[in-house]
Amino acid sequence: MRDVNYNFGYLDERTKRMIRRAILKAVAIPGYQVPFGSREMPLPYGWGTGGIQVTASVIGPNDVLKVIDQGADDTVNAVNIRRFFQRTTGVTTTQRTADATLIQTRHRIPETPLTERQTIIYQVPVPEPLQRLEPRELETRRMHALAEYGLMHVKLYEDIARYGHVAATYDYPVMVNGRYLMAPSPIPKFDNPKMSMNPALQLFGAGREKRIYAVPPYTKVESLAFDDHPFEVQRWTAACALCGSRSSFLDEIVTDDRGGRMFVCSDTDYCGSRQSGKEEAA
Amino acid sequence: MNLARLGAGFSSPVLDSQRTFRGALEALSRPGRVVTAGGPAEVPRNVAESACALALALLDQDTTLWLSPLLAPVGGYLRFHTGCRLVSQEAEADFALLDSAELPSLDLFRCGSDEYPDRSATVIVQVPTLEAGSGLRLSGPGIRGSVRVAIGGLHEAFFLYWGRNRALFPRGIDVFFACGPLLCGLPRTTRIEV
Repeated sequence: MRDVNYNFGYLDERTKRMIRRAILKAVAIPGYQVPFGSREMPLPYGWGTGGIQVTASVIGPNDVLKVIDQGADDTVNAVNIRRFFQRTTGVTTTQRTADATLIQTRHRIPETPLTERQTIIYQVPVPEPLQRLEPRELETRRMHALAEYGLMHVKLYEDIARYGHVAATYDYPVMVNGRYLMAPSPIPKFDNPKMSMNPALQLFGAGREKRIYAVPPYTKVESLAFDDHPFEVQRWTAACALCGSRSSFLDEIVTDDRGGRMFVCSDTDYCGSRQSGKEEAA
Repeated sequence: MNLARLGAGFSSPVLDSQRTFRGALEALSRPGRVVTAGGPAEVPRNVAESACALALALLDQDTTLWLSPLLAPVGGYLRFHTGCRLVSQEAEADFALLDSAELPSLDLFRCGSDEYPDRSATVIVQVPTLEAGSGLRLSGPGIRGSVRVAIGGLHEAFFLYWGRNRALFPRGIDVFFACGPLLCGLPRTTRIEV
């Protein structure tokens, strides 16, 4: 039930308009980080305040909301944010990827392919892909203006020289529509290929860093690589211990203190529906 | 200003703004798709319902608006309902509202800088007809392959201008075409083939 003491979606209307204008410019310039006046939210920075503000500005009474944290619907961050929107908007929530119109996510893209009627909203801690290489915002902004991304290529090259491969497994830098270097929020690089030519609209909100950016549907998103060191995603020798999937992203779970471990899907909805599908078939 | 003759805005400002914004977001992220944007309770004369709704949903005291000579009479209505600041110079405008009959002035609008390409104008153009499925061929981000949309009232000068606008990327203006309750988005990334 909606708590009528709050405005619909918690934010005031003037804030929503400001965020909505930023979202429209973000969509028009794929991969470019639009500065916006991030507000204090009833959660601390780092808990998804950017994603929450974007969701609050986009959501309407007819939306069906799914919130995931590392692929799971039932972890503390996802449960809190879902309850926040239940209370401030009264919308229907779901755990099923296929039923959702809005998906707010912390660091995963669901295994079930997204569709044209869906919008996915990422919570982003560090929106600037060059920040660890060049801390001055003035400089990184100029690099984006000039499309001067040599620094990132040098970083990837140094990884290869030192380790023999690119030593980034998450937040792996991508080039959007051949122009802007973008941080894909720290999703595992396993999910990077799903960003490209995705039928769904992808919005990114960084609350502490006060940036919003977007990837429109059917837009090319390329993971950086070299001709002789092509981009590769993680692979596992194990299958999911619960549903048997060999194609999903697996989490390693330590089961005891004698070295016991199991691999299970990080996407709980995907894993759960595969398990119930098996039971029905049996 | 006679308030009684001004006309009412959104009947439910919170939900109508949200619905209009979602229409605009869909239009801009999927160029060529013609969407319906809910209008206000009373639309001033000579203004398309969707253009008026878009202005009510996105404008406030933080934004400036430029009105074409033909649409200048709407100024009082939009100033009252949104609190936006009306400007007489195109270069000062965050938003602009004009009719397709007055198009060639587009070069004067702000297109942002290389560092801040988002500080550019959003131009709402009223057109006599808007229909998906035939006409101009659009391609670019947001479009699977290519899509066709017929936009009435556009002169040759607009297509020349759009070529220049695209060449400026990441700078450039973004356009919404409005016709009655219908809306179609044209972000700076979209390529038009006549």
